[in-house]
Amino acid sequence: MRQEIVGLGVDAGSTTTKLVGVDGRGERIFDRIEPTRPQLQLQVKGLLAVARASGAKEGTPVVATGYGRKLVEDADKRVTEITCHARGVFRSVHHGGTLIDIGGQDAKAIRFDDKGAVQDFAMNDKCAAGTGRFLEVVAGRLGHDLDEFAHLAANAGETTAISSTCTVFAESEIISLIAQGETIEAIARGLHTSLMGRIAALARSVTVTPPLLLSGGVARSPAAQRYLGEALGLPVEVPEGPQLMGAYGAALMALDIADGRG
Amino acid sequence: MSAKYPRAETSGLKKAQYLLGAKVAGGALLKLDRMKLARKLARPPKPGPFGPPLKSSAWLKELITGHYLKGRFASGARPVAWVTSGAPVEPLIALGFFPIYPENHGAVCGIRRSAEEICEEAESAGYSRDICSYARTDIGSMLSGKTPVGRLPPPDLLVCCTNICQTVLLWYRVLAQHFGCPLVNIDTPFLYGEAQEHQIAFVEKQLEELVRAAEEVSGNRLTEKKLHQVTRYSKQATELWAQIIQMGRHRPAPITAFDQFIHLAPIVEMRGEPFTVDYYGALLEELQERAAQGVGALKEEKIRLVWDNLPVWHKVRWLSEVLAESNATLVASTYTNAWGELTEFIDPENPMRSAALTYLHPILNRGTGHKLSLMKGMVESFEADGVILHSDRSCKPYSIGQVDQRERLTKEAGVPALLLEADHNDPRAFSEEQSRARVEAFLEVVEAKA
Ligand code: SF4
Repeated sequence: MRQEIVGLGVDAGSTTTKLVGVDGRGERIFDRIEPTRPQLQLQVKGLLAVARASGAKEGTPVVATGYGRKLVEDADKRVTEITCHARGVFRSVHHGGTLIDIGGQDAKAIRFDDKGAVQDFAMNDKCAAGTGRFLEVVAGRLGHDLDEFAHLAANAGETTAISSTCTVFAESEIISLIAQGETIEAIARGLHTSLMGRIAALARSVTVTPPLLLSGGVARSPAAQRYLGEALGLPVEVPEGPQLMGAYGAALMALDIADGRG
Repeated sequence: MSAKYPRAETSGLKKAQYLLGAKVAGGALLKLDRMKLARKLARPPKPGPFGPPLKSSAWLKELITGHYLKGRFASGARPVAWVTSGAPVEPLIALGFFPIYPENHGAVCGIRRSAEEICEEAESAGYSRDICSYARTDIGSMLSGKTPVGRLPPPDLLVCCTNICQTVLLWYRVLAQHFGCPLVNIDTPFLYGEAQEHQIAFVEKQLEELVRAAEEVSGNRLTEKKLHQVTRYSKQATELWAQIIQMGRHRPAPITAFDQFIHLAPIVEMRGEPFTVDYYGALLEELQERAAQGVGALKEEKIRLVWDNLPVWHKVRWLSEVLAESNATLVASTYTNAWGELTEFIDPENPMRSAALTYLHPILNRGTGHKLSLMKGMVESFEADGVILHSDRSCKPYSIGQVDQRERLTKEAGVPALLLEADHNDPRAFSEEQSRARVEAFLEVVEAKA
């Protein structure tokens, strides 16, 4: 028998839109990731239709999170990513800690306790410098996708220091570094250390309580894991499906609604 | 002693115009306006999260509009002084000066959404965007004549007091050069702890120079009787203001810090006047009535927050609505408290020395530890569930130390605290969507903890 989806979570992010379905015990039994399209409302409707075809009944509660959460018409509730990420990660790792989530538009540091309750959080300042977009833009400029770029960085023997933290200025700085003969590997590593240094400062502002957890799209990258760990001097723990944590947390909240607790 | 400061020119004609235009005709029109607004405010509250509006707002509007209306006719009728918000204004009022507070005018520009355009006037004249947006608003307005209040009377005297920041020192020099009028600087040494005797004496000495300048510019002599009286009005008004702030301790709060941001205008720019005392007396009475009847600023109040730093003038309404969506509001703020916490220092029997003491003690002239303990005290006495610290790109002296203050509030006062980046007057340094994301996430954390 096919398992029944009883709660759905949508994470409408700036780069990707995620959908997660959970069963009655809160296990993740369904997920989809798509690049976010301009017609977000239609896109989410389409994703929900797929979920229904995969076992979600009409009327299954939906909780929306992410930048586009207000645009999700079918949502029963809208919750911010801070609460959803903490919920999703806590359910995945079963302990407290300090979670770093690096998304397309922002980076967040969230400290939660052993019951999963958020103690403190901080988000990057109002610019893309400390976000996944920083890497994406520069990688694209050098003709690589994020995965290739991370691979180059993770295996680099040397680091080229990047002084600009501004995404746009870093782009032009890199062009001249290449002209000066720096290798792409060393530059990729330099960019990662620069970004992770910024994120480490963000994390320190909420007081890092180990273990250090990492979620979001960038979390899959071995370079991000390595250089963030180095920046904070702590090992990094990554839950399974780090990109889905926001949607998973939202789906768990939808399950609360289904159970009459939400 | 020969005069050092040029006397302000006045004429009988201008005086007659002032009397007729601002007081008689203007006064009557404003009364009419107030009655209309009062009727509107008395209507049953609209659907939505907000409770009934404060009825006193009609009177407040009359006061503020009246102030700027008088300003339009003041040139040549009364000596005009432009002063910083924390300037010792009592001797000036006693000598018949009409005061203009560029910071208050800046706030009006912010609320009416004209600050950005006016700041750009200053920027295109070479003033950096890193300068406080009040200074840019004022300088931009001075250069272009742009203002939402009609016209500002040029100053006959400038009085700058450094008890709020050092920006004002340079800003007022620019004004002095532009208007070619005398500038009196009052330098208030920073207080790391208790005010020292030599610091008080140092400020008192400068106040004597201020009196001399004000006497010469106005052509009047300062009498002890008049100074006592003005100082007494200042004290009464700040006392009432302090009580008004305390009304926020009621559940639900009959007045929020959002209301206080607006109702603050008289205590800043009409200090030392009898009508300011009357106004705050009436406002307090209204709040006592509301509290007795359980009427709150929000229909349903769940989350009570403390605010630190200047308001984001261009987003006051927006923020109050975002908070109200979660039944949250600001019940107190360090900013509005700044004019209430000075009451104890004001002594009408000893006006000069007490002015020295009072004007040494504004929150921005004291250490960051003072502000931290003030916030902790507010969390406790207002039974607040959290604190929002506005990190104001413009106001460095107010924002310095907030990273540590935030951390210590969460640890020592045990409440969530949020650092919100914005600018009190420059909308270009504010991102609505990002701020909303932070505020909403913060409210979820507060709600989960409460
Ligand atoms: S820097 Fe701060 S204290 Fe100084 S004028 Fe600007 S807002 Fe006021």
